[in-house]
Amino acid sequence: MIRLLTISAAVCLAMAATPLLAAEKPVDPYVQSNANAGVTPFAGDEMLRAFHGPQGVSRIVDEMLARVTTDPRTKEIFAATDMERLRRVLKEQIVYILGGKVDYTGRDMKTAHRDQGVQQTDFNILVEHLQTAMDHEHVAFRAQNRLLAKLAPMERDVVVR
Amino acid sequence: MRGFRAAAGVAAALAAYAAHADGQELRPSGKLLLTGGVSDVEGAGGGGLATWATITGYETRDGIGANLHGTMVDLPDYRFTAFGGAVGFLDRIEISYARQAFDTGDTGAKLGIGKGFTFHQDVFGAKLRVAGDAVYGQDRWLPQVAVGAQFKKADRGALVKALGAKDDQGVDWYVAATKVLLDQSLVLDGTIRATKANQTGLLGFGGPKNDGYQAQFEGSAALLLTRRLAVGVEYRTKPDNLGLKEDDWMDVFAAYAVNKTLSVTAGYADLGEIATFGGQRGLYLSVQAGF
Repeated sequence: MIRLLTISAAVCLAMAATPLLAAEKPVDPYVQSNANAGVTPFAGDEMLRAFHGPQGVSRIVDEMLARVTTDPRTKEIFAATDMERLRRVLKEQIVYILGGKVDYTGRDMKTAHRDQGVQQTDFNILVEHLQTAMDHEHVAFRAQNRLLAKLAPMERDVVVR
Repeated sequence: MRGFRAAAGVAAALAAYAAHADGQELRPSGKLLLTGGVSDVEGAGGGGLATWATITGYETRDGIGANLHGTMVDLPDYRFTAFGGAVGFLDRIEISYARQAFDTGDTGAKLGIGKGFTFHQDVFGAKLRVAGDAVYGQDRWLPQVAVGAQFKKADRGALVKALGAKDDQGVDWYVAATKVLLDQSLVLDGTIRATKANQTGLLGFGGPKNDGYQAQFEGSAALLLTRRLAVGVEYRTKPDNLGLKEDDWMDVFAAYAVNKTLSVTAGYADLGEIATFGGQRGLYLSVQAGF
């Protein structure tokens, strides 16, 4: 009972804390927590600097999303996606993982991808577009791989068929 | 040969059935660049001299991948070539074939077997991935593990038996463990092979010094430099059943993926002493084409 109350309170707080950004559509209530990011972030600011800070991450995510939503192999997956929300939480998540002082306010990977029908091939196509975007941002290959090492285990939660 | 075809057919049917039973959409070439490994000297997915736990081809668990390869090692006194093909099913099962040729060239005359005398060997391989995932399992110590068998048949039975080999055909059994350490941009493989093969089978199996299975090690360590390029070193131990001072093999290599259709591996291999001729070092070159 106490747990339920705590969760309800957290949900209320979460909803109150998230301003209704212009284009974002509401999602089912969930408990906000950095644990939803699914990985332990890097310590220190070395990794975030390697990605040219939150602005660098922002450019990378924008390019990656532009690519996966126009790639004929993956664009259908995003047909019903609230792109404004995805763009925001993805940037938060990556900055958080890279050691930035932000909170991740999105859902956990399993919940977020439950109905997306993502196959391993789709996961890899997204990784390839992410790699291209990181190349264009001139992120060193070894730093790219260090981030990918954090993202790779998400395959288990993201790939559902 | 008939048995091999039947086994391959059964495996293909099972793979297709498993995929459709799940309502999966079959999709080719979904794997990330170079993550299927290249084709090794025995035709299996691996490095150059070492067989890895990776399943060949660019298929994911939702598809079938296949490739053809040609490999050459140009040695001072011999030339080794191999051609073959392999199919990977659902990133789970690998079936491979390679025909190796070991051309003695002018050395054949010195050995008294005739100039240009060439040993051949057919290698039929099957590999089953049993645990782990080399790429996605970045949060676990468990590597990708595969078990496999290679049936080998040498064509110069009378000669290899005259050299002391007990048989001109044999089966190697192996367990391979491969891990991509993305955090370090490294690929590591360690494989234990139970074998009786002399010079991997080209000189037959077993001999006067030993005729039983012995556990041998083969391994690779490679550094990922770009998405397309990996450079590495390999080592492979071998038994000395014939008492001909058979040496371990080693190489340094660079594997370059032009795209998912074509990759080239170039290296420098040290194959040590082969049939009394020492210092067999030279260029290793392999081309793989597939999907």
